[in-house]
Amino acid sequence: MPALAWPPNKVKSRISPDVPSLQLGGDSSRSNGMEAQMFDTSPDDADDLFAEATEEVSLESPEMPAVRPSDKAPTITPVSNTAKSVLNPDATNTPAAADQGARKLVSFRKTSEEVEESSGDTFDLHISVTDPEKVGEGMSAYMAYKVNTKTTLAMFSQKNYSVKRRFSDFLGLHEKLTDKHAHVGLIVPPAPEKSVIGMTKVKVGKEDPSSVEFLERRRSALERYLQRTSKHPTLMQDPDFRDFLEKDELPRAVNTQAFSGAGILRMVTKAADAVNKMTIKINESDLWFEEKQQQFDCLDQQLRKLHIGIESLVGHRKELSTSSAAFAKSTAMLGSSEDNTALARALSQLAEVEERVEQLHAEQCDADLYLFGELIADYIRLLSSIKAVFDQRGKCWQRWQDSQSMLLKKREAEAKLQWVNKPDKLQQAKEEIHEWEGKVEQGESEFELISKTIRKELSRFEKNRVKDFKNIIIQYIESLINTQQQLIKYWEAFLPEAKAIA
Amino acid sequence: MGEEPSPVELEAFAMQRSAPFGGARPYEPAMMECVDDDDGNNGNGVKTSDEDKVAADRQPLQIDISDALSEKEKVKFTVHTTTTLPHFKKRESSVVRDHEEFTWLHNVYVENKDYAGIIIPPAPPCPDFDTSREKLQQLGEGEATMTKEEFAKMKQELEAEYLAIFKKTVVAHEVFLCRLAEHPVLGMDSNLQVFLEYEQELGVRGKNVKERLGDFLRGFVKTADELLIVGVKDTDDFFEKEKNFILEYHGRVKDSANRADRMTRALKDIAEDYSYISYAFCLLATHETGSLHRFFENASEMFEKYRKLQNRVASDQDLKLSDLLKYYARDTQAAKDLLYRRTRAQLDTDGATKGLERARLRGREIQVAEALQETTFRTFETISSTARKELAEFKQRRVAAFRKNLIETAELEMKHARTSLQVLTNVLANLKER
Repeated sequence: MPALAWPPNKVKSRISPDVPSLQLGGDSSRSNGMEAQMFDTSPDDADDLFAEATEEVSLESPEMPAVRPSDKAPTITPVSNTAKSVLNPDATNTPAAADQGARKLVSFRKTSEEVEESSGDTFDLHISVTDPEKVGEGMSAYMAYKVNTKTTLAMFSQKNYSVKRRFSDFLGLHEKLTDKHAHVGLIVPPAPEKSVIGMTKVKVGKEDPSSVEFLERRRSALERYLQRTSKHPTLMQDPDFRDFLEKDELPRAVNTQAFSGAGILRMVTKAADAVNKMTIKINESDLWFEEKQQQFDCLDQQLRKLHIGIESLVGHRKELSTSSAAFAKSTAMLGSSEDNTALARALSQLAEVEERVEQLHAEQCDADLYLFGELIADYIRLLSSIKAVFDQRGKCWQRWQDSQSMLLKKREAEAKLQWVNKPDKLQQAKEEIHEWEGKVEQGESEFELISKTIRKELSRFEKNRVKDFKNIIIQYIESLINTQQQLIKYWEAFLPEAKAIA
Repeated sequence: MGEEPSPVELEAFAMQRSAPFGGARPYEPAMMECVDDDDGNNGNGVKTSDEDKVAADRQPLQIDISDALSEKEKVKFTVHTTTTLPHFKKRESSVVRDHEEFTWLHNVYVENKDYAGIIIPPAPPCPDFDTSREKLQQLGEGEATMTKEEFAKMKQELEAEYLAIFKKTVVAHEVFLCRLAEHPVLGMDSNLQVFLEYEQELGVRGKNVKERLGDFLRGFVKTADELLIVGVKDTDDFFEKEKNFILEYHGRVKDSANRADRMTRALKDIAEDYSYISYAFCLLATHETGSLHRFFENASEMFEKYRKLQNRVASDQDLKLSDLLKYYARDTQAAKDLLYRRTRAQLDTDGATKGLERARLRGREIQVAEALQETTFRTFETISSTARKELAEFKQRRVAAFRKNLIETAELEMKHARTSLQVLTNVLANLKER
């Protein structure tokens, strides 16, 4: 077994040498050096390489017939000391440890699959995001959030973690996960969006209710993001994800900034993608995918409608809350003017009732927003991730088709050369044909793999969607019930006061 | 209206009987119980005629608005009178009046110097269907873009809204007349009799531009005079206290009325949002299969029911709280006007007294001055004594009305909350068992 055999080039070249890389910042000859340049995570180069290995592992999943036998036992070796190994915190750069690590990783994947099939994404990993804290002053200030992890999973070195992260760290994590997994068809949960306005208010130090709400929304969105990522069987084992949860210090993900080199490249790639998307239309032998795409397009539209309704509800509920408060004040004033004592008392009681009602409405508003609204928003964003996954499949198909047409060309060229007496050229042509035959095979198997992965991902998504929606609606109804019960209590208490007026 | 009245119309009928603001009938607990101005209970139709007979025995002049028609720009009210008063030509009569004729009647009372010491019941506000009409127009324009169900639903809602405004204006006009009828002095006015009996149109045109301008300017003078009143300290303790109370109370009750309005509007907006959400869930349901389909359908139905309940909460709050406050803002204004008239009379008396002194000094036209002084003084005295009674009654009326409405507010809020709770709990149980 090749011990420290770490031939990143060879590994990558098998995937797709001639196709524009799907990963950010790559061009075909991806080498460590290039990676380092683009991702600016110098001390963690090793981690990135490590990450490649995980990718490899997923290709080698037991269900898939081993296409490349030589890689049956992938070498997952922690190259640098700073990187923690997958399972064993004490792992050092020894082949033995690596072996163990590898075997454990594979076996763990098996068990996780079994677990997934039986109970559906229940891992003992609880994550929460708390305590937003402002660090620094002025425009360079940022909010630090505490990420707390509680787990009994073996792959973590401790049971409890609490680290501080800032928003760009989350975005950086999302970048990495997308780069590694999106092109094999995994649905990577989308990260919360940037907001220049919201953050500027916070930076400038305005402590008004809108920035409080903004922070709460963001905190809650970040929490949901991590929770959703942690529920994905593959992503949850990603070392970058684990590092995110465990490491005290993470290198700044500067490439998530809008105007960094990577940021600009992102925008260009997105534009290019948009153009390409219009031309890729898979000659579908499998209608399932087409149906699913249509279904999700439809769902997207409808969820957006629902979301509009909910946002409107939230706005009006806020208005109800403030107007109830205003009414309470004016009623209290009226009560103090009133000279009939019983009526005066009743009016001041009414004012109190209305104050409590205002509080109730404010709480209901939170429920409206956070339970209902944000979940719908999450799903709308998830649907766009799904769309991206379908696009990846489209690209994969395209590559396969391109390989096929290239193969055809090479065959034609060879056929032509048959008539010309140029033995060395002929030999080259034959070699090229052989190469392209391999690529076609690879393209086909990749396409099949991505299709299979997508099917699995979608069935998982659907299961979760059904569960999520049911839960949320039930919780929302429970919040409404609570409000009504409280209302009854308040008015019941008031009634005798009203009756006592004489 | 020869056909069977719908439950909504019966509700309207019942509402007319309920005398919401304590003005139509003196506070009589027994009568309060038999009125249920909620869900068109058909029983009310029967009860109220008994109530009528009972009331007629207690009151010589009984007025109600038995019908109302909305045509184009105007609303026509059918005013029905039953009376035992001898000076009326008939025991029972029915005439058709429009809003302008009510305004005329109010003005006639206000301008009558004999009634200077009385709180003139505030005129009913002009029926305002503008917002409804706007919405109807919007609906018509948007018809092409909506589905049949959406359109039908919105139309229904708009009709319900229109009907609600309609009911309110009928009640307001009726309350005005009933208060006049009950007042021992105001009820005897000959103009009132003409208003109630004269079968032709009263021929009172709305004020033309010149007259309205005159009113407008007079309003300024009045406001200046009112400020004068505020400044003048009354020698009479009772009236001084009353003045301060009324001025403060008026401001605050107006404020409360506005804020109550805001609350009601917010509630109505929320109800509309739930309607939209219900529709969105319906759409979602149609594209789902399996358990989620039924789930969304149930959710959609639930939101629709919840919305209806929220609407009722909003309209009941509007009726019981907002309208109460608005009415008493107007009534307090009428009391303010009374105080103004009294102070005016006082100032007139003071002026006449000074005039008399001057005349005595000069030794000329003493008799004229004496006569003037005596008239103004007598007017002032009459107004003062009547005013005392009126203000005491005003207090009573106000307390009674607030009591009634606050009780009803609390009861209705609880009722609706309980119904909502029922609906929600049922749906929840339904959804959870899947």
